[in-house]
Formats: sequence, C-alpha cells, structure tokens
Amino acid sequence: MVQTVNQTGPTTSQKTTDKKAVRYDTPYRFHGGIHPDEHKTLSNQQPIKELTPPPQVSIYLGQHSGQPATPLAKAGDYVKRGQLIGAAQGSLSANIHASVSGVVQAVEERPVAHASGMRDWCVVIDNDGKDDTDRLDIIEQPLTQNRQRLLDRIFDAGIVGMGGAGFPSHIKLMPTVNHLIINAAECEPYITCDDRLMQDYADELIASIHLLQYLVGAQQVTIGIEDNKPQAIQALETSILKTSEETTGQKDLSSIQICVVPTKYPSGGEKQLIELVTGKQVPSRQLPLSLGIILHNVATALAIYRAVTQGEALTSRVMTITGNGAQQPGNYWTRIGTPFEWILEQQQVPQESISQMIMGGPMMGFALPDFRAGTLKSTNCVIVSTADELQPAQNSLACIRCSLCAEACPASLLPQQLYWFAKSENLAKAEEYQLFDCIECGACSYVCPSEIPLVQYYRFAKAEIIQKSEEKARSAHAKKRHELRELRLEREKAERAEKHRKAAEARKKAAADKGVGDEKKATIADAVARAKARKQQQESSN
Amino acid sequence: MRHLTSPFTRNRNSVQWVMQQVVLATVPGAAVLFYFFGWGVIFNLVTCVAVCLFTEAAIFRLRRRPWHQGLHDYSALVTAILLGLALPPLAPWWIPVIGSLFAIIFAKHLYGGLGYNPFNPAMAGYVLLLISFPLSMTTWLPPASLATQVPNFAESWWLFLSGSDGQGHTLTWYLANIDGFAMATPLDELKTGLGMGYRQPEILQASIFAGYVNQGWQWVNVAFLIGGLYLLFRNIIQWHIPIGMLGAMLVLSSVLYWLDPDQHIAASIHLFSGATMLGAFFIATDPVSAATTPKGRIVFGAGVGCLVVLIRNFGGYPDAVAFAVLLMNMSAPLIDHYTRPTVYGAKEVE
Repeated sequence: MVQTVNQTGPTTSQKTTDKKAVRYDTPYRFHGGIHPDEHKTLSNQQPIKELTPPPQVSIYLGQHSGQPATPLAKAGDYVKRGQLIGAAQGSLSANIHASVSGVVQAVEERPVAHASGMRDWCVVIDNDGKDDTDRLDIIEQPLTQNRQRLLDRIFDAGIVGMGGAGFPSHIKLMPTVNHLIINAAECEPYITCDDRLMQDYADELIASIHLLQYLVGAQQVTIGIEDNKPQAIQALETSILKTSEETTGQKDLSSIQICVVPTKYPSGGEKQLIELVTGKQVPSRQLPLSLGIILHNVATALAIYRAVTQGEALTSRVMTITGNGAQQPGNYWTRIGTPFEWILEQQQVPQESISQMIMGGPMMGFALPDFRAGTLKSTNCVIVSTADELQPAQNSLACIRCSLCAEACPASLLPQQLYWFAKSENLAKAEEYQLFDCIECGACSYVCPSEIPLVQYYRFAKAEIIQKSEEKARSAHAKKRHELRELRLEREKAERAEKHRKAAEARKKAAADKGVGDEKKATIADAVARAKARKQQQESSN
Repeated sequence: MRHLTSPFTRNRNSVQWVMQQVVLATVPGAAVLFYFFGWGVIFNLVTCVAVCLFTEAAIFRLRRRPWHQGLHDYSALVTAILLGLALPPLAPWWIPVIGSLFAIIFAKHLYGGLGYNPFNPAMAGYVLLLISFPLSMTTWLPPASLATQVPNFAESWWLFLSGSDGQGHTLTWYLANIDGFAMATPLDELKTGLGMGYRQPEILQASIFAGYVNQGWQWVNVAFLIGGLYLLFRNIIQWHIPIGMLGAMLVLSSVLYWLDPDQHIAASIHLFSGATMLGAFFIATDPVSAATTPKGRIVFGAGVGCLVVLIRNFGGYPDAVAFAVLLMNMSAPLIDHYTRPTVYGAKEVE
C-alpha cells in the first residue's frame, strides 16, 4: 500500500508541475453555457475543397468594422485578382481587393449580407475566369523583419478578423502583449471551417502562429480548442512537436501550447475563452489588452501568414457550407464576394426548395434577407436549411421566472430581470443590471421554456439606450451652445449699456464743464467787483 | 413577440413540459395520500382540477383570448393539483370549489395571469380557506392504519356532498381512533398537547407517533420527497429552494430542540410531518412567485423553512407552509434586489 502511494505521489506532482506539456486540459470553467446539438459531422468529414468561382462577384466596401473603403475602381476598369479596389479611409478601416480578375461591371449600391437587408456600396466584377493575379512582394524570413514592415503588409493585404468580427488586424496587432491566445474553440453548432483548416493546414498554421507571436512579442502562446475536435488537436500537436524539433533539436521546447477546453457553447466567446485558458476575467467594459492578452482566430492567423510570406491579399477564405438543404456539405475555399445564390446553384439547390439561408452559426448568425448579396471576409459559415430545420418559434408564452436563463448566461447576468426591464422600457434599470455586459450569445433564448426571444429584447434595449444617450449628448451640446449664446448676448448687451452710459456721462461732463467755467468767472468777477466797491467805500470814509 | 433574429435553435424544454413533469412528480405523493386517507383525496383533486380548468378557460374568454390557450400551458392544472393535495380529505365540496375559484380568479388572473402573480395561487386559495373555515380545514381523517371506521367509496361520496354518509354518521364519527379518541394530525396533536402543558415525550406516546416518526404522514412526506428528487433530477426545479428550506428547518428546529426538548418539536417530526416535503419541492419552488436569483432562492427557501418552524412551534396554527410561502412571496423582490450575482468582469482584478 505504502509503495503504491509513493509511486503515485511523484508522478501526479510531475504531471501538474510540468508546464511544458504541449497539450493539456484546462482546469478552469466559465459560468453557464449550453450544449446544443452540434451537427458538425455534416460538414467536417472531407478535406477542404475549392468552390468554383462565380461568374460575377459583389464585393462589399463596408464589410469590416470602422469606415468603409473608398472605391478605387470604376465601371469598365480591368482588374486583376488581388488588385486594390477599395482603399482604407480613416483610422479604423481596411483595404478591399478584387477576388477575381475581370472587368468592373459597376460600383453601386447592391444588397449586402446584413441582417437588415440594406443596400450599400459594392464593387461588382465580371469574372473572366483567367485568375490573373496581382501579388504583393514576398517578405523573406519574416521573423527577422521590422515589426512595422509586417504591420504595413497586413494593412496592405486588407486582413480583418475572420472569426466574425471583421476588425482590422493591423490595428489589433499594434500593441505588444504577454499572452497570445489563438481562438480555435469554434463553439457554434454546424461550423467546422476552423476545425478543417487545422487538420488540413496544420504546419502552415503553426508557422502562422509563430509569426503572430513574433509580431505581438508574446512570451506565452495558447491555442484554445474544444475537445470535440480530436483530429485537429492531434494534427496541431504533431506539427508543434515537429516544428520544435526542427528549430531547437528538441521536441518539447515549443512556446506554443494547446489548451483543450470542454465542449460547451459559448467557449469561443472572447471573454469566455480567456477565462477558460487563464482563469481570469476581463474587467467589465475593458479589452483583453488590460490583462496583457490578445486573441486571434485561426483563419486570420493563416491569412496574415500568407499575406506576409506569399504576398497574398485577402481574396478568399475557407467557409463551411452546410445544413440539411445542402447537397454537398463541406468546407470550401470561397472567393470574397461570391453571391449566396451561386452557392445554392453549386449545391444544386433550387431556391424555392429551401426555407432560409443562415450566415454564421445558428446561435449568433442571421437569416440572409437577399441571396444576391456577396460573401464577406468574416463569413465563416452558411447554413442552407430545410423547412424543418432551425425554424424560429412562432409564439412565446409569459416568463415564468424559472431562471434557467440565469443558469445558462455566460456573463452571469439575470436575463429574466433584463427581459422585464427591456419589455417595460425601464432602460435605466436595464443598464443598472449591466445589460451592456450581455454578449448576445443566445444561450438564454436557447433554454427558455416560454420561447421568449430574449436576445431580441436586449438588442432592442441596447439600441434604445445608445440612441437615447446620443440624443442626450446632442441636446446637452445644444443646450450648452444656447446657454453660451445667451451669456454672450447678455454680456454684449451689458457692454453696450456700459458704453452708452459712459458716453452719456462724458457728454454730460463736457456740457457741465462748460457751464461751470462761466459760473466761476461770473462769481469771481462778482467777488472782485464787490471787493473793489468795499475798498472804495473804505477809502472814501477814511 | 416573434423570433426574428438569432438564435435559430433551442432545446426541447417548454413550459408545457415543465408543468407536465410537475404533475407527474405528484403521483407518488397523491397515491400515498389516497392509501392512507381514502377517496376524499381523489374528490378534492377532481373537484379542484375541474373548477380550476373551467375558471381558467372562462377568464381567458373574458379577456378575449381563445379559451383553450389558457389550458394549453397546464399551469392551472398544477395549481389545481397542489391545492387539491393540500386540502383535508372529505372536507365539504364547497371547500375545494371556493379555494379553486379564489386561486385562479384572485390570486392569478387579477394580477395578469401566468407569470405575473406575486403570490403562489394554490397557497393563496389554501390560506383563504384556512382563515375562513378553520374547522373544516383542520379536520383530517386518521390514517387508514389507525382508523377504526374507514368510509368506503359511497360513504365518502355522501360525506363529501352532504356531510353525512347516508347512514346518519357525520365526519366526526370517522375521526375516532382505536383508542376511541378523536384523531388529529401529528402536528395538531403536538400543538394541542404543548398548549395544554404536556411535555413533548409525553405527547409522543400517542398512537399517531408510532412508527419511525409518525403514522401515515411520514410516508406521505417520503413520497413527495421522491417526486421532488425526480424534479431535481430532471432539472425542472433547482436545488436552491428545497435545500434552503429543509436545511433551515433542520438547523433551526435542532437548535430549539437542543435548548428545550420538552417544548420544541424534534427535527425529524418537522421534516416528515404535515406539508413539509410537498412545500419544499412543489410549492415553495413555484418559480413565478419565488425569488429568482440563485443566492436569493437559497435565502427564500431558508426564510420559508424558518417561518415554518417558528409558526409551528410558537404560532397559532399546527402547520405553516402556506403562511410561510406567502410571507416569503412578499419578500421575493427585496431578496432579488440584494442577491444579484456578480456579473462577468465585475470582480476586482488582483
């Protein structure tokens, strides 16, 4: 017995103290979360293929966060694939490149991939099928290059966050950090593009991560991945060991670790993954940067690597095409700006037979209002759903305050209370209950037995609050201007009055001075006259 | 509101399913009640269900909504069953009728219907009856194991309808036990005995306290405990309220018993008598009228538990679950206000 204890003692302590393990299970958890049906095997069984480029692409100029790009091409221009057609404008924006070669058919307002169904500025290119490509110069040995040169390249290549946010990468990569986390959790059901990317491009991806590590100067690099992707984890681990052996001669000297997290939605949320990997929470309304952490998605990492080492602008990405309506579900290299109707055509799906197409995952994506819109740099998935798949509930019942939503909320909010406040438009209370810490993951709506569209209420309340505060700021500004004007008018009036008063006084004084002078002379003359008379009297009497 | 935006998927949980599971979980308790107390249990349940469902439908009609929509969520059914289970068997027919009408009309719909009622409707109905008709509401048959005369179906039916079994016997005749004394529930027995200056060990000599804890009632409580555990297992209710309530009852009654075992009811009797388990798993856990934060639910449950012990030991009524639940219902908004969970990122960074 004693022997067994002695044997197990050191081995377990060795395991826990050995921080060099390439792959480990996280000891941390986040609050709440849900386990929706995954539907991942539908699309992750085969290697990534190429989707036939469409005869025409419609590239949205405002597809990144920040200001839209300024169009550089005009109708009739011939453009090559990778040629700059939209220039970033302002401090937060990204470049846009042609994703096919051909003649620009139009630069005009077209339907774009947005929940509202709005139209916005797009560059429409007729594909000549030649794929005549413009490349940027290749940067040799990037890990010895000046940081700014690499950042400039990332800017030039128009790289934005490809996990869904579309935030310009050159800005996100500017500050240096201690800890780089690669978001490979891919927690949304259906989506498998990152899973497949890791399996099919493991070596290139590890090289990409080394490049990112060099860029941000991180000592620690962790890939956060859900345990439902064993093949991807295996591929990355093999690649990390191989790379380590090639560069250092030893297998276990890599600075990259794989942190395996339990499969639970939304583990891929930025804040949730940080908590899973580090055990720390990002302070409310602050960026991960405040903890010295930065997160990048695997697809973004690969796009950056290719921009640097192959001079490729961001013109295509891996996208999951899935759903029960899709005939050949899988992952495809897809040109940016590919119309969704072309995807349906390639999948041999007649438009009438499908009930909806969802861009993104079923938890946070949206139903495309117009299939003519083109795909975006951040489009990671499109779900072609049949009539019995992913249909929203028609009616909701009253909230019975069962608090299943509070149990599921990864932000530890009280969704049932927020719902109450949002519904009654008690916006101050909603803010007090920290509505803005809601990440809109949809876990609350998922578990709600009354089928209440909770997230919809929160989006509405947030928009109301933002609008009201903007209005308030505007009216405060207007009020201030009005007050200042009043003050100025008052001052001017007072100044004028003062001026008039002074002038009047001066006039009066001048007039008085004149009068006073005559009087004095008269009095003096009088006095002199009287004195003379008295003198004469005295002389005569003497 | 219709769903227009994400998420597009949800689990198979629904209000209907929740309510159905609650009804299902009451089956063991109802069966044991029937075993010990006979047909009156069934009459109460059937009457409550009929009146509650009819009233619910009528009010939906009155509110210009499709009448079947009211029955669709099964919430009126749950109210009816909980009230029916709480009433003394063979109480006159108008007892379940009045209780059901009050529960649905006043305690539920005048506040806006399902989801808006601040008080547990079944308990509001129960308390109205208890205050208005204290004699009928505290006359319980002896458990079958102790009864000398057990009314059969026909006798029960006539007792329920007319107060007499058709052979000239009133309910009082059936209350007599083997000793020839009128029978009371264990908690009644204790209340009366303690009030008359007996010490607890003396009172516990009565035949109703034979068995592990008492006669009949211990099994009723065990059956509701089993149903409650099923609800916990199915994640229909969460542990906070039952654990808070039973934990507080255990601690407080143990402390009081330790201070003066002659005057204060033992924890085992508290836990396995009267409506303790029904209250802990089925009544206090009504989500609409309980506190809604996780911590708040523990406080809510503990409050109910403490009040039950205090009222049973020091108050004027033998049992106290209904009063305790209603009093804590009133405090729920306050509890919620002071027990908000720490939101992600709100913790101070070291």
